[in-house]
Amino acid sequence: MKIVVCIKQVPDTAEVKINPQTNTLMRDGVPSIINPYDLHAIEAAVAIKEVMDATVTVLTMGPPQAEVALRESIAMGADEAVLLSDRAFAGSDTWATAYTLSGALKKLGFDLIFCGKQAIDGDTAQVGPAMAEFLDIPHVAYVSKINSISDTVVEVRRMMDDGYDVVETSVPVLFTVVRELNQPRFASLKGKMRAKNAQIRKLTHADIELDEKDLGLSGSPTQVKNIFAPEMKKERVVFEGKPEEQVTELHNVLKSVKCI
Amino acid sequence: MDYFFTEEQIMIRDLARQIAEERVVPVRAELDEKEEFPRDIMKVIAQADLFGLFVPEQYGGLGKGAVELCIAVEELSRACLGVSTSYAANALGTFPILLFGTDTQKNTYLPDIAAGKKLVAFGLTEANAGSDAAGIQTTAVKDGDDYILNGTKQWITNGSEAEIYTIIAMTDKAKGARGASAFIVEKGTPGFTFGKKEKKMGIRASVTCELVFDNCRVPKENILGKEGMGFIVAMKTLDQSRIGVGAQGLGVAQGAFEEAVKFAKTRIQFEKPIISFQAIQHMIADMAIEIEAARALIYSVARFIDSGAKDITKPSAMAKTFATDIGMKVTTNALQVMGGSGYMRDYPVEKMMRDAKILQIYEGTNQIQRNVICQNLIKEFSRMK
Amino acid sequence: MQIKVDRDLCSSCETCIASCPYEAIVLQEGKAFVNEYCQICRICLSVCPEGAIKEVPDAQDSKDTVTDISAYKGVMVFAEQREGKVSQVAFELLSAGRRLADKLSVELFAVLLGAPESEANELIKWGADKVFLCSSDSLTSFNDEPYTNIVSKIIKEHKPEIVLTGATAIGRSFFPRVAARLHAGLTADCTSLEIEDGGRNLLAIRPAFGGNIMATIMCPDTRPQMATVRPKVMKKCACSANHTGTIVNIEVPTNGKCRTKVLETTKDADFCSINIQEAEVIVSGGRGLGNPKGFEMLKELAELVNGTLGASRAAVDEGWIPYNHQVGQTGKTVCPKIYIACGISGAVQHMVGMQSSDIIIAINKNAEAPIFNIANYGIVGDLYEIIPRLIKRIKEERG
Repeated sequence: MKIVVCIKQVPDTAEVKINPQTNTLMRDGVPSIINPYDLHAIEAAVAIKEVMDATVTVLTMGPPQAEVALRESIAMGADEAVLLSDRAFAGSDTWATAYTLSGALKKLGFDLIFCGKQAIDGDTAQVGPAMAEFLDIPHVAYVSKINSISDTVVEVRRMMDDGYDVVETSVPVLFTVVRELNQPRFASLKGKMRAKNAQIRKLTHADIELDEKDLGLSGSPTQVKNIFAPEMKKERVVFEGKPEEQVTELHNVLKSVKCI
Repeated sequence: MDYFFTEEQIMIRDLARQIAEERVVPVRAELDEKEEFPRDIMKVIAQADLFGLFVPEQYGGLGKGAVELCIAVEELSRACLGVSTSYAANALGTFPILLFGTDTQKNTYLPDIAAGKKLVAFGLTEANAGSDAAGIQTTAVKDGDDYILNGTKQWITNGSEAEIYTIIAMTDKAKGARGASAFIVEKGTPGFTFGKKEKKMGIRASVTCELVFDNCRVPKENILGKEGMGFIVAMKTLDQSRIGVGAQGLGVAQGAFEEAVKFAKTRIQFEKPIISFQAIQHMIADMAIEIEAARALIYSVARFIDSGAKDITKPSAMAKTFATDIGMKVTTNALQVMGGSGYMRDYPVEKMMRDAKILQIYEGTNQIQRNVICQNLIKEFSRMK
Repeated sequence: MQIKVDRDLCSSCETCIASCPYEAIVLQEGKAFVNEYCQICRICLSVCPEGAIKEVPDAQDSKDTVTDISAYKGVMVFAEQREGKVSQVAFELLSAGRRLADKLSVELFAVLLGAPESEANELIKWGADKVFLCSSDSLTSFNDEPYTNIVSKIIKEHKPEIVLTGATAIGRSFFPRVAARLHAGLTADCTSLEIEDGGRNLLAIRPAFGGNIMATIMCPDTRPQMATVRPKVMKKCACSANHTGTIVNIEVPTNGKCRTKVLETTKDADFCSINIQEAEVIVSGGRGLGNPKGFEMLKELAELVNGTLGASRAAVDEGWIPYNHQVGQTGKTVCPKIYIACGISGAVQHMVGMQSSDIIIAINKNAEAPIFNIANYGIVGDLYEIIPRLIKRIKEERG
């Protein structure tokens, strides 16, 4: 069984801050990490490899420095890593990203595709399902449990807003996974040593045979018109003094708004 | 200070630190409170290949040495000595096989040990044989192709959790120390059971219990080395493992020191952070000096061991004694810096202090270590004249 | 398209370098330079104080507009249902859709799958002019492929210029497939929708980078313009029994593929009992609680004020409380009457999920915590000193 995990290198948004004076993004010293949800996708794939005959390929589309993320995936147990990188892909929105990745996936071949439910820099959750559409395969989003798996059929549990569904799907199929699915393993020492010297396979526009007009900026229907800092409220009352006094004030507020 | 670790050694340090910070620190207080063996953490350590650090590559390990083992132990100890004791005791139990095992024994046991599939424990101590190891009363009597073991081992770390046990027993009581032999005994062997689980002051995440042998038949293939070599097996094993106990002292000192500094920077008294007071500054400076001295000694001795040096008894005893005394001293002083807060279970330092005490006791008390050091000195000086 | 720096205008202030999420701007010969890592996210354009950074079209950028965008008219809302009942988010979207449709002077359509006609009538009361209804039982449980097939077919036939759905598990799962099939732009998780001044383009506003910035997204060259909208963000207008509309019944297409089967649907009691989006009062805890036991204290307070427990991502990541309590960009957006934030410092990613609460009360040790910037009432102090006393006070008063 050939498993491909699609990952993304993202800035650690928990560290991204807005400069309150200038309302600009402060990117200084913010580390680049593997999108946290993608770690669960890698774990899912590597765990399957432990119980059945399978290979795990990790694929990312991004700038050359995304190679770091691919090496980390190898250290976690992936067999092979592929970097899809080309200037022609710059400016891709979710449509063009999914389309480009699906071109690479057709070339690589696959039975199962795992993605994180969304990337924390954009939080769109679109690329996974859109890839499934371009590849003409089914997908199940928000997978929180894999009940059973064979070469032809997989049964999974997916999270819904009000509970969960149990879904059976044929193979090939694409899954997007949530945190509840598993706990990602640490990279092993042997894995890290292998990752250090591993060959990263590189694919460019020339390798994936897609029409240039559907790639990058020209293939992207959405455009960013502008960005701005989120508006924050300003007026507030701060209660100071001893805890007893603060509690009295707070108690009064709760009463005044009929909370108690 | 830079100890000029190699790229791989830094990799080991970072991985052990990541496991310690992400998996051990969040649960250490609970493990201590509940006296719970950290099986999940052992699995994570296994998956990370850390159990195979010092096992040769041909048996699925990484073929590293004392420096690497100390690096891993230091990092785990910085978070929790209970966890690092379980990890280090595994190495202690493995050394007899590594040093004295036949090819068949190594092929049988080392791959599973390296992969962390099976934990190991070392069984030497008995009720009447602590510092005086010659007082061992457990017997192994040859009977056809087997040995029959009878007796009780006491205070055995990883007892009941381990799958593989290396046991020292008397094959010929009349010969005294030369009448001891070492055996590999697997969990589940008929006649081999576990006695009471001890309730301890510290390292409560590690499990300590009795091993009970009641007409336990062990095939003669399981003897390590030759009959009568039991004490040599035990001594050579302790020579190898002692440095790891030193690394535990170093790690726990480092952990307590960091907590104390963090606290001193934020605790306000007399309208100032307490770190601005000279009394506190001197305590912190002393802790830093002591830790650095311990680290320098640990890693130079570890490098000495890895150089293939023959007589490592004295330096390894020195490193164990010094670094574990520092471990006790620094955890005590770190708690003092934190005052009442340090004494409370809300902060990790009281646990570190309770944990640290065992380091001056197990694998040879620091008094016995000093005896060993001085005996070696006497030998050296008598040769010198 | 390329991003270029006008070297004459650049003052070497390095603001753009710090702002670039891709580390694609470097200093070259003393001036900013955009290198090949650029992803054309345009963040630098807005931060440059000199206006020195510009978009420069490439030669091949001239897009041959294949879509005749004027052929698209109307606003369409996909109304999701669970167990045959239309979800609240559909009514919120009809209210937003109505506003957009009126502005554009077009009709408002709704699409409803797997629910009875009575539910379609509800949609009309909430503002739909025309409801495309496929009431087949086979569509009651959500299944990506048939949903994609039917909705894509309706869009192709009726050509709405705007299509909206909830940013729910359902909407976020199958809408990307529809957009992929139609080569349409889809903006996820919008928090605000407007029509461009003097034009017909939809301006979809959404948070990005964990809510640290807001971005306005548009699709000027393609139709339909699609968007998913976070539940509880759009205010529901009043429903009117007098509003009239028509119902168009649709057959299940017979030729569509369906390779997945929903075997079982379970409503999780835990999920429902803690539906934080419906709560009027939320007592929320963050890393400042220090340990999972803190939530037991908050739970006691929550019960006294008829509230529900919420949490920041930090607290959920620590494993102190399950994910379904999480408020924020990666959790739920909430809009209660009262939000009490305890030990939550106020990462932007949390604040975007609760800042529209009517009243925000923040308790935090650190007077500088950003949460105080959006709080109506702030208490600088130790929550373990404050909350037990407050609980005691409320209990005493009730006798």
